[in-house]
Formats: sequence, C-alpha cells, structure tokens
Amino acid sequence: MSEPWRIVVAKPGLDGHDRGAKVVARALRDAGNEVIYTGLRRSAQQIVDTVRDEDARFLGLSSLSGAHQHLFPKVCELLKQQGLNDVIVFGGGIIPVDDREPLYACGIRAIFGPGTPTSEILEFIEHSTQLENTGVGQDSDWHWTSSS
Amino acid sequence: MTIDFLNQAKSGDRRSLARILSALENGTLGIEHALSVLGPVPSPLQDEWQTLAVTGAPGVGKSCLLDGLLRSWAEKGLRVAVLAVDPSSPRTGGALLGDRVRMTVVDDVDLNQLIYLRSVATRKASGSVPVIVEDMTKVLLALGWQKVIIETVGAGQSEVRCAALADRIVVVEGPARGDGIQAEKAGLLELADAVLVNKSDLPGAELHADEIRESFELGVGNAPPVCLTSALQKSGISEAAEMLLDLSSSGRSERARWRERLLAHHERKILESPKLDDLLVKLAKGSILLDEALDIIGGTNDE
Repeated sequence: MSEPWRIVVAKPGLDGHDRGAKVVARALRDAGNEVIYTGLRRSAQQIVDTVRDEDARFLGLSSLSGAHQHLFPKVCELLKQQGLNDVIVFGGGIIPVDDREPLYACGIRAIFGPGTPTSEILEFIEHSTQLENTGVGQDSDWHWTSSS
Repeated sequence: MTIDFLNQAKSGDRRSLARILSALENGTLGIEHALSVLGPVPSPLQDEWQTLAVTGAPGVGKSCLLDGLLRSWAEKGLRVAVLAVDPSSPRTGGALLGDRVRMTVVDDVDLNQLIYLRSVATRKASGSVPVIVEDMTKVLLALGWQKVIIETVGAGQSEVRCAALADRIVVVEGPARGDGIQAEKAGLLELADAVLVNKSDLPGAELHADEIRESFELGVGNAPPVCLTSALQKSGISEAAEMLLDLSSSGRSERARWRERLLAHHERKILESPKLDDLLVKLAKGSILLDEALDIIGGTNDE
C-alpha cells in the first residue's frame, strides 16, 4: 500500500462558508488521504506556513466571497517565494468561468465549480501526480478541464 | 536527496524539517541515519522533561487548552514543537487532521517562529499515539526544539500507550464526566503526572476536580497536581503553563511505562514486517490459523 497524500484544505480571506470545503475534505479523506483543514478566515501567509509545516503535497483553496482574484494569486506567489514550487494547487467555490484563465496562469491546476462530482476531484488528484511539473511554481501550461 | 534535507533542516529550514518527519513516517528514513547527520538528542537537565503527552477523552478541550499553554510558553521564549495526533480511518486509511483549527497561536506572527505544529495520523498503529512519534520527537529535540508536546487522539480510560513515549503525562478532564466512582476507576488517571480539569466555566468542574484530588490522596506516593482551567475564558492557563514546566514525574508508573514501550515496539515490528499483508490475506481467507500466523510473523526478531 502506498503512503497517503497529505492535502491542506484552506479557506482564505473573509468567507464564512465552508460546507463545500468540508465536503471536499471528507471525500479526500474517504479516498485514503490525510487531509489537514485550516479552519475559516486564514491569510495567504498562514496558509502557506501550514503547507510548509505539514509537508503537504496538495493545497485546495475554497472561496465563495468573490475575492478569489486577489487571494488565490497571493497564495501562489507566497508558495513560490518560499520555494514550495512542487505543491499542486487546486481551487473551488464560486469562481466564474471568465475568471479562471488568470488563475491557471498563476499555477493553479484545477478550478472546480458548484455541482462538480467529488469523484472528479479524486481523478484530478490521481492524474496530476502522474504528470510532470504540475506544481504551482513549475513550468507547465497544463490544467484540468473541469465539468462545471 | 535526504542528506540535503537533513543539512537544510539543521540550518533551520522548516520545510526540510517537515519533509524529514514525513520520511520517518513513510519508513524511507531511519532514525539512526537522521541523527548521524543532525547530531545527538540532547540530554535533559536534571529533573526536567523534554516530552509531554497531553491526553484525555474526545471533546474535553485538549487542543484549545494546548493553544493557550503554547502561547504562555512561547511568550517566555521557549521553542516548542507539537505533534498533534488524530485517528486514521481503519477502513480507508484516510484521516481528517483538524487540530490546527483550534491552535490559532501558530498564526500569531510574533510567536510562530517559536512553535512548530505538525498533524500526525495514527495510520496503522493501534492506540492513541503511533510509536513513530518517538522517532519524530528525537528529530525535533536534536534540531533544538526544547519541548515536544504530543497531543494524543481522544483517549478512553484504558488508553495508556502515551506512557511509552513521553516523560510526563497530563490528563485533561472536564466537568460532568460522571460521579466520584469514575475517578476511582483504574486506568489512565493512575499514570497522570498532572490533571487539568478544563471547562471550569461550566458547573461541576470544581466538584470533579475535588473528586480526582480525593482519589489521588487515597493512593500512595505524591499526589499529582489537579488544576482548573477554562480554555474558553482563558482562566487558569498561565498558572497551568507555569506548573507544567516544573512538573516532576509522579514516579508511580515506571513499570507501566516500560510495559507500554515494549508493547509499542512489538506492535511496530509486526506492522513493519514485509510478511504482514500476505498473512492478513491468508487469515481472511481462512487458509492459516491465527497461531500459525503469530509463529510466522514472530515480532520479536527483526527478521
């Protein structure tokens, strides 16, 4: 049996809605991963510190407040600054399709909207570890094409 | 690759420290090799402790209380590492590690250089603490963390495995956890070097603390201190933090500690045996008997 992935699920910024993050955390847990949940209202720096200290392979960011265009790139930038280039970052919540390209450009490898089956997130986790250079600071144009 | 991590961790890089702890957990790095690069585990001064287990039933407030204790210790300039253990699913092997949610002190920019918090899943180990925590503790101490706190999984009355891994044991209790007879029952409380009765803002806390004190007084040797705390109202925390720093061993449990150590290491040898998966398959199929499996796996030899 291979070792479980360590995955941080985080809620950046002033956003109190964490049902989605909890559903995703639960699905990841039930798939045999070790999920570290940060709790609500974390700053970008706090999230990056958590990823570093917990040795996470993945970071999932959830936002329903509309501040994703500010917060997600900030987290990616700090991850790169701290040399955490190989961490694979994905996001979810209320993120309009038009907003997604710039987030992919920051190194986020998937954005999942409402209605995404949790099995799709698990497929992404599996798939992204089989490809090369899918970390946030690694040179690749690849991103997951999500169903919603 | 690993040697780079070890050297970088030695120069203070926390990502490398985190990676080393993962490598220990995953069995890709041995403790002897790690310590050969990092240097030896420093010896404790006289009667001082280096490792403290914080244990108690689920929901008594271990994590919230620890958050307050960590703040007090960090404000004194102590470098404290925490290994916060949560259970792995016996079905899927997955885990939700939620202790960080409560420990907001790690988000305090003035103090977080002095605190390292790592969530640990029990993985295949039984009991409230996986024995690999012992190796993780050694690495943290060798890297200059002065105190290592092991927060166990929410533990029941007979869950004493933490005795194998820590110099001192603090049992966290709460109010309304039964009558005086509960405090008289054998088990975890007997191994406590101190008891913190948390949620002292709720009725019944003082009564429960008295019942525990009374029970200790009936026993032999020095009675461990019993203190009231409220993590919610932040009362009694700095006093408890102070008391714990000077805590001496109750000395009542040497034999029990060694028994737990022996059991923990025996279990680890079985869990790490390459024959284990094959044996479990055969046992489930009914093609061998339990006694035969025990003979094959041994567990007392490395091979």
